[in-house]
Amino acid sequence: MNNNQSNSGALLEVKGLRIEFPTRRGTLRAIDGISLSLEAGEILGVVGESGAGKSLTGTAITGLLERPGRIAGGEIHFNGQRIDNLPSEAMRKLRGKQIGSIFQDPLTSLNPLFSVGRQLIETIRTHTDLTPRQARARAIEMLTQVGIPAPEQRIDQYPHQFSGGMRQRVVIALALCVNPKLVIADEPTTALDVSVQAQIIDLLKTLCREHGSAVMLVTHDMGVIAETCDRVAVMYAGRLVEVGPVQEVVKHARHPYTRGLMGSIPKLGEEVEHLVQIDGAMPRLSHIPKGCAFNPRCPYATARCREDKPEFAQAGRGEVACWLWEGVDPDADPDQLFEELALAQRARHQAEAGNLAVKKSVQACGLEV
Amino acid sequence: MLSFLIRRLGQSLLVMLAVALLAFSMFRYVGDPVTSMLSQNASVEEREQLRDSLGLSEPLYVQFSTFVVQAAQGDFGISYRNQRPVSELIAERMPATLELVAVAFVISLLVGVPMGVYSALKPHSWLSHVFQTLSLIGISLPTFVTGILLILTFSVTLNWLPSFGRGEVVNIGWWSTGLFTASGLKSLILPGIMLGLFQVTLIMRLVRAEMMEVLRTDYIRFARARGLSNRAVNFGHALKNTLMPVITIIGLQLGAMIAFAIITETVFQWPGMGFLFIQAVSFVDIPVMSAYLLLVSLIFVVINMIVDMMYFMLDPRLCADRGTANSH
Repeated sequence: MNNNQSNSGALLEVKGLRIEFPTRRGTLRAIDGISLSLEAGEILGVVGESGAGKSLTGTAITGLLERPGRIAGGEIHFNGQRIDNLPSEAMRKLRGKQIGSIFQDPLTSLNPLFSVGRQLIETIRTHTDLTPRQARARAIEMLTQVGIPAPEQRIDQYPHQFSGGMRQRVVIALALCVNPKLVIADEPTTALDVSVQAQIIDLLKTLCREHGSAVMLVTHDMGVIAETCDRVAVMYAGRLVEVGPVQEVVKHARHPYTRGLMGSIPKLGEEVEHLVQIDGAMPRLSHIPKGCAFNPRCPYATARCREDKPEFAQAGRGEVACWLWEGVDPDADPDQLFEELALAQRARHQAEAGNLAVKKSVQACGLEV
Repeated sequence: MLSFLIRRLGQSLLVMLAVALLAFSMFRYVGDPVTSMLSQNASVEEREQLRDSLGLSEPLYVQFSTFVVQAAQGDFGISYRNQRPVSELIAERMPATLELVAVAFVISLLVGVPMGVYSALKPHSWLSHVFQTLSLIGISLPTFVTGILLILTFSVTLNWLPSFGRGEVVNIGWWSTGLFTASGLKSLILPGIMLGLFQVTLIMRLVRAEMMEVLRTDYIRFARARGLSNRAVNFGHALKNTLMPVITIIGLQLGAMIAFAIITETVFQWPGMGFLFIQAVSFVDIPVMSAYLLLVSLIFVVINMIVDMMYFMLDPRLCADRGTANSH
């Protein structure tokens, strides 16, 4: 089982992951062949609409997929070890110690009946040999690190005595208290006040740098991604559409969906009549179209997009799954490509409009004759 | 917390007063006690004399206040039938009922909670299905039927256990106990099971539903994500959260068990308060009935207060620093 396939030396390597939910009306494929890798200490953002499978990917990595969901294919390697088929006890020892988790809602992720200190100490003692006293000292140190004032007093308080932002700090302390190599943060700021969001993201970023932890940051907040991440992975309907360095993906996206996603963020100081949006909605899992999942909403879709699933291919410094890039120099400037595409499309529209006009006039003539 | 307690105490007093009014009005409206106490050929003078000596000729509010004051001192008058103080009668019978209820309560907790926890943790195992089916039977069978079936099997057919009475009892002060003799213990088994069976099924279903709910919460998922062992998650975290709402119901059920031990006591001829009450009803022995009514409601009120206080001990969210802000 220990087939050491750490060819690239990546900390986390997901290969062709497929997650399925068997239902009465057939099997739903929630994650369809995702491949990702994460270097030690790197921050990878995972973006996409709700239901794209971002959180599910994170859940699968931590081995907490709930029935009836199951990993139907692919492999997950962590630190050179295959972990998707580990026995549950071995996986449990990995969770918390090697892979920390941060959940979305700090108001519900802490047990209301246990003091913050007890939850910290319990986690520390599960994964280390520290004595209760040492564990307590470590817990206080963690609370200090996450910026909780007067940690010696606060440690014995209960979650309800903390504000939302403070609770998320506690959650971060819990995730990092035994120096995991990887932290999976599932929308860590979505439930927080806007004013607190930046602080929490900042804290997460600095602390992970200090602890040397890599982060998989699941979010739909592009601002957070742009500020925090080294690389971004964009998901759509259970598939990965584009992965690349954050600047490239945000500024010069290669996939029409990513371009739509980035275009939909209004910029400060720019007056716009209408907010840009991508027409339509993400397909339900039971109705994912043939070919590229994005084709019904894609302005550039061709016959091929409706037939064949595009493969993930190298493009520039990232990867993209789109037929538009088939046969195009992978280092071509995406902005220029899309400009040409738009021009070509406009020309075609005009030609069609012209055709229509000719037809109409012919018809009109025919009537008169 | 103190102000909460005081308010709770005030409410309890009001409840007790209302019950006292009910108990008192029984004297007025459920037949004339004088008729039932004297023989049919008693003269009018004798009747008037008895009426005066019982204080029945006083104005109503005077009668009620004397009733309340005396009841508060544990004086419920004299049983019409036994011609002995009601308090004595009840004190004699109380240990039997309380021992029976205690046994049934322990059975219901020891069996119900583990069954509920097991079927919440392993909802798809065959044993959980067996538990579910059994609990359905237990919850739908009337208690007297299960009691009679128990007697039929274990007393009549197998002849293992006695079918009535308390067996030999030992007196410790005024408390008579059946816990120290073999026949006393044997006699407790069947009625204990009969009284506890319904509670077992109730507690099992409650614990199961509550625990499944808790296991789905974020903090349990987060506890798993922190790599805590299954034992720590299930029994350290989930069980404590599960028991919070369960305690309320269990507490109220304890009161109900004391009050409704009547049926069990009748089936097993158990010399407890419930049996006393049933006898009192058939003889229209109103002082006994009203005393029983007051006593049962007092027990309910006290248990309710204890449950509320346990909430304070268990749930840090209700504790000192916020005092009354969040109490219900």
